[in-house]
Amino acid sequence: MAAQIRVLRRRIRSTQSIKKITRAMELIATSRIAKARARVEQSRPYAELMTSVLSELASNAALDHPLLVERPDAKRAAVLVVTSDRGQAGGYNANVLKETEQLRSLLREQGKEPVLYVIGRKGVNYYRFRRQAVAQSWTGFSEQPEYIHAAEVARTLVDAFMVGSEGRTGEGEDGVQGVDELHLVYTQFRNMVSQTPQARRMAPMEVEYVGAESSIDAASETETGGATGVTAGEAREQSSGPKALYEFEPDADELFDALLPKYVGARLFAALLDAAASESANRQRAMKAATDNANELIRTLTLEANQARQAQITQEISEIVGGADALVTAGSES
Amino acid sequence: MAEMTVDLVSVERKIWTGQASFVLARTTVGEIGILPGHEPTLAQLEEAGVVRIDTTDGQSLTVAVHGGFLSVTPDHVSILAEFAELSEEIDVDRARAALDRADGSDESGAAARARAEARLKAAGVQ
Repeated sequence: MAAQIRVLRRRIRSTQSIKKITRAMELIATSRIAKARARVEQSRPYAELMTSVLSELASNAALDHPLLVERPDAKRAAVLVVTSDRGQAGGYNANVLKETEQLRSLLREQGKEPVLYVIGRKGVNYYRFRRQAVAQSWTGFSEQPEYIHAAEVARTLVDAFMVGSEGRTGEGEDGVQGVDELHLVYTQFRNMVSQTPQARRMAPMEVEYVGAESSIDAASETETGGATGVTAGEAREQSSGPKALYEFEPDADELFDALLPKYVGARLFAALLDAAASESANRQRAMKAATDNANELIRTLTLEANQARQAQITQEISEIVGGADALVTAGSES
Repeated sequence: MAEMTVDLVSVERKIWTGQASFVLARTTVGEIGILPGHEPTLAQLEEAGVVRIDTTDGQSLTVAVHGGFLSVTPDHVSILAEFAELSEEIDVDRARAALDRADGSDESGAAARARAEARLKAAGVQ
């Protein structure tokens, strides 16, 4: 009996310390969400300016940049998966990886070979365990991404894209075979309770127009599989009106070439921030559930321990009473 | 006095915004000085360069700008940068260390060197 109480007490103590950990993680995650959201806000002015500059350029430059032109016989498609570095985030990674699998089978159906690029330790481990080749991976910044990270990833991907599936990046043995399309799978932060995994195509970009005006709203990414937007070729035919009289230094085409890769980087950075917010939101929810469970467990265990203690006391009393009775009986007999 | 609105934004945040009377920058083609009423212009700035903004209250801001673009309309100047640092934010010791570390022999080393030099120049020590 005493042993049972000791075991129960020990379980209560360990549950309490687990609860402390999950509670702390929950609080940290909560503050991280707010921070990530604030950073999304802060990065907005750049995105807006970038879009307006691109619109201006797009109406002046030839829209034949490789990043804009659909390749008719695309063979290889890069898939960039954004996962987290640490676990304890509920279904966050599982959902992203599931979405990735869907995208990969879709690409295979279209006769394109998917090439994996992975961000986050969890994704790396997932593919390593399944012995699937990963072209390149980056880890260590999933919770607090900086633009440097996004820029590095974007540069690698854009390089691979620019050489195409026929060519190789870099020289000699280090070179990686290029790709014809860039896809991105990340988790979009809708609100605190809803984050959805999303597959998007980063390149070739499709150019979207607003109404009859020939100004480009945004050279935006489109959802994979969706048929929104106008292709670059059609767009060009529409954009034959008088233009604002901008001077370009260097000329418009060159500027366009320089801006587009940066635009990809900025979009990727926005996606990373969104993913970081989603990761924290998922972790916050998972840790809240864990803390609640721990509380519930502590409650039941405390109840059990109290019952056991009471049972022990009752037994001790009845033993004493029994002993006293026996003594009284023995005394009266003598 | 004529003035124009200047926005300086980096990818991660808006760094400075305010009224200015003069902006000096260096594009890939050459130096450009912008006064209010400038012709609409889009320009790519040097990969690592220094931008000077003279505000209307007589101050002069010096900024190290990396991977920047410049968009000018008669009453508005926008500077888009991958990274940008105001002169007073620049950590001179770190920039020096980066300059010493940077190995100018390959492409990325040369870029790092140019960045460190731009930061030191913006901070006014070189």
